[in-house]
Amino acid sequence: MTSNDLKQLDYAIAEITEIADGFGLDFYPMRYEICPADIIYTFGAYGMPTRFHHWSFGKTFHKMKMQYDFGLSKIYELVINSNPCYAFLLEGNSLIQNKLIVAHVLAHCDFFKNNVRFSTSNRNMVESMSATAERVSQYELEYGAQAVESFIDAVLAIQEHVDPQIVRPQKLDKQQYMELKIQESKESKPSKSISSYDDLWDLDSSVKDGKESSRKEQQNRRFPPEPEKDVVWFIQEFSTELEDWQRDIMSMLRDEMLYFWPQMETKIMNEGWASYWHQRIVRELDLTTEESFEYAKLNASVVQPSRNSLNPYYLGLKIFEDIEKRWDKPTKEEQDRFGRKDGQGRAKIFEVRELDSDTSFIRNYLTKKLTDDLDLYVFEKKGVEWKITDKAWENVRDQLVYSRVNGGFPYIVVTDGDYQRSGELYVTHQYEGVELDLKYVERTLPYLFTLWGKSVHLETKVEEKGVLFTYDGKKVTRKFIG
Amino acid sequence: MKDLSYIVSREDWSLHRKGYQDQDRHQKKVREAIKQNIPDLVTEENIIMSDGKQIIKVPIRSLDEFRFVYNFNKKKHVGQGNGKSRVGDVLGTDSQQQGPGKGRKAGDQPGSDVVEAEISIAELEQLLFEELELPNLKQKDKDQLEITDIRFNDIRKKGIMSNIDKKRTILENIRRNALNGNPGIHGINPDDLRFKTWEEIVKPQSNAVIIAMMDTSGSMGSFEKYCARSFFFWMTRFLRKQYEKVDIVFIAHHTEAKEVTEEDFFTRGESGGTICSSVYIKALEIIESRFPPSLYNIYPFHFSDGDNLTSDNEKCVKLIRQLLSVSNMFGYGEVNQYNRSSTLMSAYRNIDLPNFMYYVIKEKTEVYKALKHFFKKQPVNGVFS
Repeated sequence: MTSNDLKQLDYAIAEITEIADGFGLDFYPMRYEICPADIIYTFGAYGMPTRFHHWSFGKTFHKMKMQYDFGLSKIYELVINSNPCYAFLLEGNSLIQNKLIVAHVLAHCDFFKNNVRFSTSNRNMVESMSATAERVSQYELEYGAQAVESFIDAVLAIQEHVDPQIVRPQKLDKQQYMELKIQESKESKPSKSISSYDDLWDLDSSVKDGKESSRKEQQNRRFPPEPEKDVVWFIQEFSTELEDWQRDIMSMLRDEMLYFWPQMETKIMNEGWASYWHQRIVRELDLTTEESFEYAKLNASVVQPSRNSLNPYYLGLKIFEDIEKRWDKPTKEEQDRFGRKDGQGRAKIFEVRELDSDTSFIRNYLTKKLTDDLDLYVFEKKGVEWKITDKAWENVRDQLVYSRVNGGFPYIVVTDGDYQRSGELYVTHQYEGVELDLKYVERTLPYLFTLWGKSVHLETKVEEKGVLFTYDGKKVTRKFIG
Repeated sequence: MKDLSYIVSREDWSLHRKGYQDQDRHQKKVREAIKQNIPDLVTEENIIMSDGKQIIKVPIRSLDEFRFVYNFNKKKHVGQGNGKSRVGDVLGTDSQQQGPGKGRKAGDQPGSDVVEAEISIAELEQLLFEELELPNLKQKDKDQLEITDIRFNDIRKKGIMSNIDKKRTILENIRRNALNGNPGIHGINPDDLRFKTWEEIVKPQSNAVIIAMMDTSGSMGSFEKYCARSFFFWMTRFLRKQYEKVDIVFIAHHTEAKEVTEEDFFTRGESGGTICSSVYIKALEIIESRFPPSLYNIYPFHFSDGDNLTSDNEKCVKLIRQLLSVSNMFGYGEVNQYNRSSTLMSAYRNIDLPNFMYYVIKEKTEVYKALKHFFKKQPVNGVFS
């Protein structure tokens, strides 16, 4: 890229930034970095330029880079949720490609800044991750690269099982909340004391059935008091096996997962929003004929529907456009029933981008007409064949929602951190009709064991029957339970 | 006031090697996994039957990133059609273990925790042979083991015309003309001429011969033969690494022995009983007529299921002593799946000679152990004693 090219790009960015601002997009100050392909792909594989070393990222990088080298896929840009917002542009992008990308990236940044799911995001994550990486390599020096690597292997195996909720009950952190619950469950024992002297009578009985009641109390004592969604946090806090450096790594990796989580649960919306806006913004630019062609080609490749899978760019874009249309020109019924007025489309989509995530976005705004227009269907495996099994729009919609629940990961909670009174860990898969991959369960349990240090159990369902998988440090066993 | 500021920058990223570093780490782990699987890989049919293909796919376990995931095959998915999709349409069939559209790698598929990795035979050899060593090397007659060879490896200004290096001569001419301010190819003069020239090298020539002997009597089934075949496959390759030239002679036997082709050796079965002494006699004959021990390192290896005619055993032991006097070592491999007591073994167990070795293979993975047993690394001081 010559200095003249850079100047042109600079000029284009100024113009696009102004147009985006004029549309009401609200973004952080921007830092555009022009990078060669292997750097963009490194960032893509790691999720962040400054992330710690791990072979699994290397594996992803290798695969992505190979696809690029073979011309199978191309990443044009990468944008980081941070303030200021970093956007990495692929060296060799043409000017018009960069124009589209800059417009696209600004909308992403607007989404990061305004969507409620990101409201608790750490906007200094670039620096945080860099600090994490540094600490991890420090630990490698101290405890050996092999030990650190195999520990990280174990943490990564359960990394998705954190609790990403942004609203904390009573504004308490997890520790305080848990203590409160334990307190509550103690107090909720039937209190018979009516007059202020009644507790004197209790002394008698407590002497008598003291043993019994304490045994009862023990049986009632639950740990954790409520099923705990944040498996990573629970282990990090209560495992008796871990050393300080290991807890430290766990908590850092958990922070990283919590940072990435909102991006996982708004993928369709975020890409749809960015595609919607790059189209609107580029329309405002004066393009030469050649540029128009090139733009049209690239735009088409970004939002093209793909067979048998869903292109999130396309689906998100279509839903946003549909919402805008429906709120711009509400039907008679919508006017009467909901008091919807004309011309509210723009305002509505800004509201949606602020308040929804993929699950609510699809549940609330994927309509019958849209499902039909997009020709969406449900497919599943029947025998050796993959077949379309359903086209009813409600089922399509619900299936899409299910696939986005909990980021698409099985929902697993800690139900007992002191199972069989021997400190074993019991986790439960909240079965909702889709079975786990049992091979993977058997291979993942040993990692859980590494972290917990004692036998681990996982309850799930196979063919509608309860099954308990147990790993005791030597082998995995399974048994049916009632 | 909104902050619409931005910065465009272009840095030097050439020192940012993180992706490549971790890619290397991953590759190293793949190699480790392969190494752990060597006992399985050694008898991998892909390899033994690869007909000289240089890159093979081998299944390796444990490189997937395991986590709790849904069973992909038992899940409903949402897809998009071209406007004409109907319930009942078949999107794809799963013969290749590959889900449609998603482009998921085979390792993602439920039920299969096996990832295929590509590896070259050379790489596998390197891993395997790291652990092997050739015992009982013998100094052979020096004069006969040296050959002279010539190698063109130098360019000079003087030489004989027939060895002129045209390309370099023309290059010199262009260079000189360009220096003189008159570029192009013209006026080649003696100063431009370049000649290829050679040097004589003396290479020590070392030869080895494997006398591969196998019992092809009725009791040797396909499993027994396959084990022997895998063993000879690796043994040949191993010796080729050590010696300039490795010959292999195949002798099949039942009650009598004859020299056969490799193809016949591994595939043809014959019925009848077993007399092992016949094959040893044949081996001695072949050694005497074609492979003088003064020039060759000789490795007779015999594979059998151990079911020898009892009265023949004594003769066998005698012949083995004779063979050992001309060979570097003698190996006897018994393929004995069911752990029968074998007549041959009961005789061989009592042979107490340093260069005689035996190994009993009960299952496929033991081929590797057998290789390690026969070619085990010696304590350093003993190697060339």
